[in-house]
Amino acid sequence: MSFQDLLLQQIINGVSLGAMYALLALGFTMVYGIIELINFAHFNVFMVGSFVAMWIMGAMGIVGQSEVLYGLPLVGVLLVTLIATMLITGLLGVLIERVALRPLRGVAGTAPMITTIGLSYILFNVILLAVGADSKNYTNPLPRTHWEIGEAVLRLRELLLWGISIGLMVVLHYFVRGTKMGKAMQATAQDPEAARMMGVDVDRVVAMAFFLGSALAGAAGMIFGLYYNFTSFIIGYTAGLRAFTAAVLGGIGNIPGAMLGGILIGLIESLGGHFIAVRWTDVIIFSILVLVLVFRPTGLLGRAAPTKS
Amino acid sequence: MHISDAQQQPERRPLLEFSDVDTYYGEMHVLKGVNYRVGEGEIVCLLGGNASGKSTTMKTILGIVTPQRGTVTYAGETINTLPTADRVRKGIAPVPEARRLFPRMSVLENLYMGAFTREDKAEIESDLERVFGLFPRIKERLKQSAGTLSGGEQQMVAMARALMARPKLLCMDEPSMGLSPLFVEQVFDLIQAINRQGTTIFMVEQNANMALSIANYGYVLQTGEVVLSGSAQSLRDNEMVRQAYLGELKVAAH
Ligand SMILES: Nc1ncnc2c1ncn2[C@@H]1O[C@H](COP(=O)(O)OP(=O)(O)OP(=O)(O)O)[C@@H](O)[C@H]1O
Ligand SMILES: [Mg+2]
Repeated sequence: MSFQDLLLQQIINGVSLGAMYALLALGFTMVYGIIELINFAHFNVFMVGSFVAMWIMGAMGIVGQSEVLYGLPLVGVLLVTLIATMLITGLLGVLIERVALRPLRGVAGTAPMITTIGLSYILFNVILLAVGADSKNYTNPLPRTHWEIGEAVLRLRELLLWGISIGLMVVLHYFVRGTKMGKAMQATAQDPEAARMMGVDVDRVVAMAFFLGSALAGAAGMIFGLYYNFTSFIIGYTAGLRAFTAAVLGGIGNIPGAMLGGILIGLIESLGGHFIAVRWTDVIIFSILVLVLVFRPTGLLGRAAPTKS
Repeated sequence: MHISDAQQQPERRPLLEFSDVDTYYGEMHVLKGVNYRVGEGEIVCLLGGNASGKSTTMKTILGIVTPQRGTVTYAGETINTLPTADRVRKGIAPVPEARRLFPRMSVLENLYMGAFTREDKAEIESDLERVFGLFPRIKERLKQSAGTLSGGEQQMVAMARALMARPKLLCMDEPSMGLSPLFVEQVFDLIQAINRQGTTIFMVEQNANMALSIANYGYVLQTGEVVLSGSAQSLRDNEMVRQAYLGELKVAAH
């Protein structure tokens, strides 16, 4: 394989990973932007999402990887699975916020963050007990269609995953920019007390941030399964930490930043993994996390200084 | 210790009343059994030193803090525990201390945030025109992000934003803070203009001279207690107010 083709192949892989990290990073960033909380439960909402999507496909009678769908049935199955998964994980996020985090709202210090770590463990163990410790083959009805560009291969599944990610990000963008709820979210992120004084129901805004973030995590979980062809109770940590790094790299609290950070981390993982060594990717990614936190804590697209008074 | 003034305020229907209100932050007792009465159509001003509880009074009216004892009545209804959003819908709007604009939103977006609880689109647009009439300079800055405006411009936008709620009661917390004397005069002229259009105003001010010159009635708050109240004129004549708030201490000491 020529160098160019190798590079192209790794970029295709990197963008695919990056699109998934971006979806996951958006959840971290939205919740942080609004209540300045790092939600570690998010890792495992993603993991739960990947199982939920598999169960939903199972409920529609699709199991394993031998059954391949084309055309309208394929689009239908994917769409139903995506929407149902996002609804379920979105509601899981709302439940987490309502039951475990809202009572702690306004409590200073790390108590709410520690609570999210506890919640993350609960989800982790519930799935471990429910499905066992071995990794599961993922349901995958996608045809094996692919295109060759030189010696690089672009598979239909990659195009599809990019499409889903980009579509969701565009919808999110217009939701935040163009709707009243989106405006309320922006206002709350900039000054929660002033937003409240304008008549914004801050509790609803926080619940909405959890819903959207967790729904996107569910979508990312489904994408993970379709991309890697397996899932396991353990997938939340690696992907979650990388997505978290992506959010920090882009500027935590910043929505376009999370998208950019996600793609960059995906590219670093695939290019670094190929041209340096796979065992070094984690070192590289977490060095980036540390370097960003030390030298540019606001991230690439973050604001120069906090403007809250 | 409450010295009430003999001159009664004219009998207008009360729009807002505090009776024996106690407000706390955790253990800290901030408002201690205060009573206020703001009549419909009046300008009432609240004077007091730093940390006396003036902003806390405003936050109690808006429902950002809830009183532990006593009652807050608005338009004949007890609103002690009413959520802030419902108060805004009923016509209470703030011009908060230090303006508190949304810094990364444009001026226009900030103005629309003022109308957040309203659904009457056409009316909102006509209110926008009315607000531009009062604050012509805002119209030139609609696209600029609010955080980059000068302090004076921010104050104008903060007042305009509050008007976009179509308030019956405007709660202003130190509207003249940090403004040059010329600008202060403009702000007070605008407050009077807003009042003449029918909005009741409850205003916290350090600039006692100016505030009392446009107010009907005033209260003086000291460490959470109302120590003095009366018509604006009577407060201006009061020895204690003159010394503490009208800057005549030095004159007296000479
Ligand atoms: N959110 C809060 N939590 C705890 N204490 C508070 C809070 N807000 C205000 N306080 C305290 O309550 C007291 C009264 O504060 P308040 O802001 O009402 O004073 P103020 O009269 O507006 O003063 P200033 O003229 O300086 O604005 C102060 O001692 C202040 O430190
Ligand atoms: Mg104050």
